[in-house]
Amino acid sequence: MRTPLSGLTALAHGAEVRVAGRIVAQTDQAALLRDASGIARLSLSAPMMLNALTTVRGTWNGVAIEVASFELVQAALVEPRELTELARHDNLKQRRLVQRAAILRSVRGFFDARDFVEVETPLVVPSPGLDVHLDALEVTTTQGARYLSTSPEYQMKRLLAGGLERIYQVGKCFRNDEVGERHQPEFTMLEWYRAFDDVASVMSDTEQLVAHVATSLGGEATLQTALGPVDVTPPWPRISVREAFARFAKVDVSTLVHDEERFYRTMVEQVEPALADFGALFLCDYPVSMASLARKKPGDPTVAERFEAYVAGVELCNGFGELTCPREQRERLLADQRERKLRGLPVYPIDEQFMRALEEGIPPSGGNALGLDRLVMLALGARHIEDVLAIPASRL
Amino acid sequence: MLDTSDIRKGTKVQFDGVPFEVTYFQFVKPGKGQAFTRTKLRNMITGNVIERTFKSGEKLEKADMEEREMQYLYPEDNFYVFMDTKSYEQLRLTAEQLAENRYYLSDNLMCSVLLFNEKPIGVTPPNFVEFEIVETEPGFKGDTSGGTTKPAKTITGLEIQVPLFIEQGELVRIDTRSGEYAERVKK
Repeated sequence: MRTPLSGLTALAHGAEVRVAGRIVAQTDQAALLRDASGIARLSLSAPMMLNALTTVRGTWNGVAIEVASFELVQAALVEPRELTELARHDNLKQRRLVQRAAILRSVRGFFDARDFVEVETPLVVPSPGLDVHLDALEVTTTQGARYLSTSPEYQMKRLLAGGLERIYQVGKCFRNDEVGERHQPEFTMLEWYRAFDDVASVMSDTEQLVAHVATSLGGEATLQTALGPVDVTPPWPRISVREAFARFAKVDVSTLVHDEERFYRTMVEQVEPALADFGALFLCDYPVSMASLARKKPGDPTVAERFEAYVAGVELCNGFGELTCPREQRERLLADQRERKLRGLPVYPIDEQFMRALEEGIPPSGGNALGLDRLVMLALGARHIEDVLAIPASRL
Repeated sequence: MLDTSDIRKGTKVQFDGVPFEVTYFQFVKPGKGQAFTRTKLRNMITGNVIERTFKSGEKLEKADMEEREMQYLYPEDNFYVFMDTKSYEQLRLTAEQLAENRYYLSDNLMCSVLLFNEKPIGVTPPNFVEFEIVETEPGFKGDTSGGTTKPAKTITGLEIQVPLFIEQGELVRIDTRSGEYAERVKK
């Protein structure tokens, strides 16, 4: 039986041990052996090979393992870069990956306890979505051009037409050319839908989910973000886009809705930085020109049932009261196709299976797409998305 | 001309005849919206820092600067003296102009001196420099808490993190762009 190195201190002095790991430092009389659980000192009678994977038999003397015999399993022919990546700053990346896995379990526990069904839909799809600001990766198949999914939305909505009422998915999405502190060309999306329900329920899910994750990590509903602790106890403040623009940019958003660049520039330069001071909140009621796949708000046709959650200034998710009208959906997709053509962008096809599902009928539904990597960043106090990824795109 | 996708830390651009160096950049893309690059730009003449947000794909003018290969000679008062090895012309830069790059200088090191309107405004050392470690914890004094790097100081006073196996007196290669340890140099 191999003893994990973290378990040595619990042993009696004189205990016989078998351990294994990598030699990370050595002098004539001693070496440091590292395994996934920790580091231990070895007292040597013969020199070992630095950086080699090594198994050791010996006796624990309370401070070090006195080596009786050892076996070189595999010499390192190059410097151990992979180890350095996970081990630097006191095993920071390794610890974050362990915590990321715990967050993922906590997320699944949250949805499972609420009778959501976890689904997995295809990543290689005939239409990656027509949003003019998304650039998809094309793949060649024997059926012709396919794309890596930028969002599982179309396929998940087909399942709503099929009669599933509460579904969630944790999966990869692909968006070409998106690289930054909070962007990766390949990232993990958590997406869920509630049929015969509304956008308010999905907002409530969102704040409860984040509070659940925070509690499962630290015992209370507080995220230890890179900007400091953020109380995520529900309910979070809800602030309309109109109100946010008036308050933080001193501008009437209705004057910007037909100038997309000014709208987003104001958002990026003035509104989003101001939101960082507000802990956790929802930005909601987007102008209808930015509705995307959200339906118009009943009673106020100038805004859409679209919301985003911001935590410590990080945009965490984008949710909708879903557009379920097939006629309006096709009009929006055709408009997106025209706009893409106008801008010289690739014009992706309309997903006709999705359109057919809308024509079959999708119940009134709320849905949300949440950047799981960003949730992990917030929960672990990471500043850069790469800090919470096992292998970021930059290390491929 | 440069594109926003060319922006990196250290990229030099100019507006209205003034050179700026990118000290910070962030790709931002509000949900379902268009992408921007948010930047902090240091005025290379005055040192003032401004913020600018560029739309993705926007064109930027590359700063019109001359880079001259020059040899570092020695420090003099608060200045660092460099020489053109062909013309023997000498130029002096201040510690402020060199910023952290002063830690990478060693006698006779060939550097690229930046000139704007024929005045020196900065220095780019080679991507990699080699220095002796003069201060670091020897070996591992019973520390079994984990972690495989430790702090170390080079002969020039630069503080870096090095792997545990690096001992005092060893030569290491340092990446001057990130300021991080790159690898051990066998003597």
